[in-house]
Amino acid sequence: MKGKPIHYMAIYGTALLSLCLLIGIFVGKLLGILIGVNTNVGGVGIAMILLIFLSERLQKSGRLEPPSERGIIFWSAIYIPIVVAMAASQNVLAAIKGGPLALVAGTASVLVCFALVPLISRIGETSSTPDSEL
Amino acid sequence: MNNIIDVLESVLAKYALVTGFVVIGVTIWVSYVLSDRLTKGRLHGSAIAIFIGLVLAYCGGIATGGSKGISDIKALAGVGIMGGAMLRDLAIVATAFGVRMDEFRKTGLSGILSLFAGVIISFIVGATIAYAFGYRDAVSITTIGGGAATFMVGPVTGSAIGASSEVIALSVATGLVKSILVMTLTPFLAKYIGLDNPRSALIFGGLMGTNSGVAGGLAATDPKLVPYGAMTATFYTGLGCLLGPSVIFIAIRALF
Repeated sequence: MKGKPIHYMAIYGTALLSLCLLIGIFVGKLLGILIGVNTNVGGVGIAMILLIFLSERLQKSGRLEPPSERGIIFWSAIYIPIVVAMAASQNVLAAIKGGPLALVAGTASVLVCFALVPLISRIGETSSTPDSEL
Repeated sequence: MNNIIDVLESVLAKYALVTGFVVIGVTIWVSYVLSDRLTKGRLHGSAIAIFIGLVLAYCGGIATGGSKGISDIKALAGVGIMGGAMLRDLAIVATAFGVRMDEFRKTGLSGILSLFAGVIISFIVGATIAYAFGYRDAVSITTIGGGAATFMVGPVTGSAIGASSEVIALSVATGLVKSILVMTLTPFLAKYIGLDNPRSALIFGGLMGTNSGVAGGLAATDPKLVPYGAMTATFYTGLGCLLGPSVIFIAIRALF
């Protein structure tokens, strides 16, 4: 660690994280244009895969050290507070004012999708068992 | 005295993000105290915090008539920056740190299946309810169906196929109801639908699709599940915007 700026190495982690997000959103937007929808498709998902891939690589080669990792871990720790801030900035009034149709349609689709979670979990399980036995 | 309040307000507004950190910090602290004292920890502090957040958003909407909840109040604009898309996406990606690649690969197929099922079924449910409420034209029915997918899919679909602004607003409201319900119901329903492992979280994200709903719902259930649900949910709106004005609209138009 000699000669390394241990006290501010957190920025390396944050920079890596931010770079992954920027690339992900960029690719997601291009993907959106490509398939003709004007929105970003899977940008966050692409960024997540990128971060998992790059951080695994860098950890193995010893280039991502704990002081740098702190710059990623902080953002993951602040995640729930950010979600609370997001909840506090939602248009809750419009959701309630949308009237009975919005309430019924929203509620129905949520309940049906909840009921489907165990169903699809089971389908996937049976098809993936042979794989795990190999 | 008025002067002091003015100065305070200008400080809070100028240091918006910093003010946001304080407001949310206090909200989370209060939530965990409530969780301990009133529910003996049975109701997760983060679930209470998200609920308080939604109540604050409602109050903000009443007070200002704006569309961004509490952050429409000038001194509290920083809450909107903190909870906006930029920092939210950064934090969601950060939760993937430490997740192993294999866990995603194992569920690849059921993840894709859940995405298609989630989009199509939401459209069907939304369209059925729209029909039940008296809508008979394919454009309105499809647009409201899109709202039952997410509050992004509804307006994107609606403007692509030429829906009226009233119907588009209705589809946004439907999507908002969905996102808020997913945030608040998930911690209560999690154990009944087996939502306690990465596999089911991936499927959950694909079925629900609402980024904010999935993010909030999983955070209040078990933060370890967040990266999995968020991963599939992030593809949902794109898929919905792709299928909605095309395949799904054509199918619905054939029916009516």
